[in-house]
Amino acid sequence: MSLIQVTGAAKRYAVASGEVAALDPVSLTVNEGEFVSILGPSGCGKSTFMLMLAGLISRSAGTIEIDGVKVDRPYTDLGIVFQDHNLLEWRNVLSNVMLQIEVRGRDPAQYLPRAQDLLRMVGLDGAEARLPHELSGGMRQRAAICRALIHEPRLLLMDEPFGALDALSRDQLNVDLQQMWLARPTTVIFITHSISEAVFLSDRVIMMTPRPGKIAADIKIDLPRPRPMSVRETPAFGAYTKQIRGLFEEWGVLRRGAA
Amino acid sequence: MKRFPDWAWPVTAFVLLVVLWDVSIRVFGLKPFVLPSPASVAQALVADWQELADATLYTLVEIVLGFALSVIVGIGLAVAIVTWRPLEKAIYPILVGAQVIPKVAIAPLFVVWLGLGLAPKVLIAFLLSFFPMVVNTVVGLRAIEIGKLHLARSMGATASQIFFRFRLPRAMPNIFAGLKLSVTAAVIGAIVGEFIGADEGMGRVLLVANGNLETAKLFAGIVLLSAVGIALFLIIAALEKIVIRWHVSQRALQELGS
Ligand SMILES: Nc1ncnc2c1ncn2[C@@H]1O[C@H](COP(=O)(O)OP(=O)(O)O)[C@@H](O)[C@H]1O
Ligand SMILES: [Mg+2]
Repeated sequence: MSLIQVTGAAKRYAVASGEVAALDPVSLTVNEGEFVSILGPSGCGKSTFMLMLAGLISRSAGTIEIDGVKVDRPYTDLGIVFQDHNLLEWRNVLSNVMLQIEVRGRDPAQYLPRAQDLLRMVGLDGAEARLPHELSGGMRQRAAICRALIHEPRLLLMDEPFGALDALSRDQLNVDLQQMWLARPTTVIFITHSISEAVFLSDRVIMMTPRPGKIAADIKIDLPRPRPMSVRETPAFGAYTKQIRGLFEEWGVLRRGAA
Repeated sequence: MKRFPDWAWPVTAFVLLVVLWDVSIRVFGLKPFVLPSPASVAQALVADWQELADATLYTLVEIVLGFALSVIVGIGLAVAIVTWRPLEKAIYPILVGAQVIPKVAIAPLFVVWLGLGLAPKVLIAFLLSFFPMVVNTVVGLRAIEIGKLHLARSMGATASQIFFRFRLPRAMPNIFAGLKLSVTAAVIGAIVGEFIGADEGMGRVLLVANGNLETAKLFAGIVLLSAVGIALFLIIAALEKIVIRWHVSQRALQELGS
């Protein structure tokens, strides 16, 4: 059953010198429970697409429906992990996670155990009382993930959540994220510019080309789950990354021989 | 080398200043009515203690009232300005215009309007102290990052939730900067008000002492006034430390201190 239906959605930003096209019309259907990556180079409009999907910025054209309802204002049955963690500096880890519950007017007592479970799952137990500035970059992103999941949303949007992290933390978080998703498969839109991250995590990889961005390919990833980190050394995994890299080369996003 | 505790720095500076003061009187042979010695100021402080203390208390009331008014009106106006764009366009020029008017020049008018009592002094203290309050609060309320607003709206936050849980806490560092500037301006405002016309308060004591060439008493009054200003400032700084422990300015202090 499809949860998200995007039809010809496009975005032009008004700037001082007139208008800049950030995203050409894109159309996309995402099924309930699917893990979909949006893969493309920097500046191709991935963040723009995500904000439009969430109803946080207006569209210049097209329609977006989630669960059959047109998105014309913020869709709230979702959790978002932003590119920049966006933790509130004045709240400690636990209270940043619980913010989601407070603002939604739900019962904190009921969600507290779940918050603690989530924090334990991402290895933040013992850090509940710390302020964001007392955490490493990886820990902040983990806290942001917990905040996006605490209220068990129907849809999870993640905008390059691990983009600023070192390779080791990133690998670990990829494994952790997959585990959390398997424990409770929600629909996920995962934005990344890493080919191997996209293949590792996703059921489908949507490839975008830049300036202005548009969807250029939709690749189904047929690898059994749970996927261990070592899946990345298998021929099947390699075939996917090769196919994707080949397409990016063909479109001039990657120069031939660069890979 | 053993580390200097935090409080030792200002105390040392103060002691050095007093020593320098005392030494220059001896070296240059200054007359007591030009510059009294630290010892004679201390004597005046003891001799006229009752009068000085009463005056300080009276002026303190004006300062606190003027400051409190500036906090309430200043923050209120800042919230209105941030919430409603047209108000900013309409009011900011007036605010700036009012700020650059020398209050001393129009203060006599307040005495004409409001008499010799508390009211004109509170008004002048308020007028001097509320501008930094408004400007800093406006800057603070605007400082919120677009990402945090996106987050808030994705949670379905109401306007009042966005204000109290996102904008206001984010504005606290600027609000405290405003409070510090504002409270010191209120001290000046109260004295300016008393200089124009008063039968009580520290401003009057200073004027009378000056007229009688009681320079030691004048200095004693100034010392008490400074003490009041410093105390008010420190109270706000202490509150700031508690309220915005998370902020960069406080963190830097902690790290330097540890
Ligand atoms: N608020 C904005 N105003 C004007 N231009 C913008 C704005 N946000 C993004 N853009 C432009 O739109 C394009 C797509 O940006 P973005 O969606 O952030 O890409 P990505 O997330 O893929 O890196 C870029 O060229 C960027 O400069
Ligand atoms: Mg982006």
